[in-house]
Amino acid sequence: MSKKDRMSGNEAVAYAIRQVNPDVMPAFPITPSTEIPQLVSTYIANGEMDTEFIPVESEHSSMSAAVGAEAAGARSMTATSSCGLAFMWEELLVAASNRLPIVLTLVNRTLSGPININCDHSDGMGARDTGWIQIYAENNQEAYDNYIQAFPIAEDKRVHLPVMVCQDGFITSHAVQNILLEDDKDVKEFVGEYHPEEFLLNPGKPVAVGPYAVSNYSMEAKYNQEAAMIRSREVIKEVAARFREKFGRGFDFFEEYRCEDADYIMLIMGSAAGTAKQAADDLRDKGMKVGVLKLRVFRPFPAEEIAAALSKCKAVAVMDRCESYNGHGGPLASEVPAALFMNKVYTEVVNYVYGLAGRDFTTETAAGIFEELEDVVENKKQVRQCTYVGLRSKEGQ
Amino acid sequence: MRTDISNINEQSPCEDLTEGLMIFAGGTSKQFKTGEWRVATPVFDKDKCKQCLLCAPVCPDGCIPVHDGRREDFDMDHCKGCGICEKACPFGAITMTS
Repeated sequence: MSKKDRMSGNEAVAYAIRQVNPDVMPAFPITPSTEIPQLVSTYIANGEMDTEFIPVESEHSSMSAAVGAEAAGARSMTATSSCGLAFMWEELLVAASNRLPIVLTLVNRTLSGPININCDHSDGMGARDTGWIQIYAENNQEAYDNYIQAFPIAEDKRVHLPVMVCQDGFITSHAVQNILLEDDKDVKEFVGEYHPEEFLLNPGKPVAVGPYAVSNYSMEAKYNQEAAMIRSREVIKEVAARFREKFGRGFDFFEEYRCEDADYIMLIMGSAAGTAKQAADDLRDKGMKVGVLKLRVFRPFPAEEIAAALSKCKAVAVMDRCESYNGHGGPLASEVPAALFMNKVYTEVVNYVYGLAGRDFTTETAAGIFEELEDVVENKKQVRQCTYVGLRSKEGQ
Repeated sequence: MRTDISNINEQSPCEDLTEGLMIFAGGTSKQFKTGEWRVATPVFDKDKCKQCLLCAPVCPDGCIPVHDGRREDFDMDHCKGCGICEKACPFGAITMTS
């Protein structure tokens, strides 16, 4: 039986961690994810779980310890944000290439500079090519649900890759919302016990993890890692279907909100999808056919599915909560049009950069973007690509 | 899947490699003949050697075998020819040749 409660996103994830009761959690505090290790430590102190908590001296160490523990055969996880994730960068690649199914709960926060503690996706996007599966949440419920699904995805034999479960800093992590919590027994049953086939602390069955490989082997190893990322697609779908069957909610790669007959679609990730949905409802009431494609799984990138979902509308607003500093828009601005083009879908695309370092994204702003899409299609309005939404500028963009 | 890695070589297709290139055995570095990299080669003069054993511990690759308190000739399968042993020897019993 589900239980109704109200919680912040951090509390929801900590609650899920208690239910999963992983073997090892090394962590170092950083805003806005600090509460997660803090709450887990409290659960441990109160005897409600028996995870080995390692208070390390940095995030470089927390990911290193997670890599070591996972290789040793322990179900391992950690939590971080922003520069904490940046400081783990080297180990993120080590975790993925050694095929260690670690789970990291990321509370998205901007990267310096300017130094700022608020939400955007520059931390997660910075790690987009590290070989981790990345799943983004719109709200506390999804942060909770995604965490529970992360282990069965990561530990599946077809995958054996680490999973990053992302939620928006403060907006999701600290705001209290209604939530459905599942019974401990049901969550444990869904996640299952962890029995790795090969691990370091396995008497009589020695293994060496992470050996040096010469060029004649490295390219094949990298391809095998990519093949596992491709196979993770079917596993993500299976786990989402099993979750939906057991608990009655959730999506696989993305949610299509009022997209079926939509002329204009906003493709967006994270908490701002909720704002976009409200704007879509408001505009639908006025007779404008608009929808929201909320991307849940960013890695693996569901290119074919996105292209199919966007093939029938007239124009798409691709929303980046991150700057790539490449003169060519954010990560989604690069990947979504590539997905469309490669699948021969030639829908009009306008890229917007929004919400950097916690800048508000309102229903009025979202509605204005939908209306601009209509202007582009109906009146051939020339819009500048990669426009910063709400930027103060003398150019008056 | 435990694989006999001695069956894997530089012609193996990617499907035959182990996950994350994990190696299912211990002490396999012995099979890796780093001696092939060697440019300069140490030559051991048994007559000049006083068995002081200053050379054995300074070898970075453990290529000077010691048995019953006496050093033996070099393990050329793994010696990379760095020449540290020649510098450590006070009796001129080791000479680097190219």
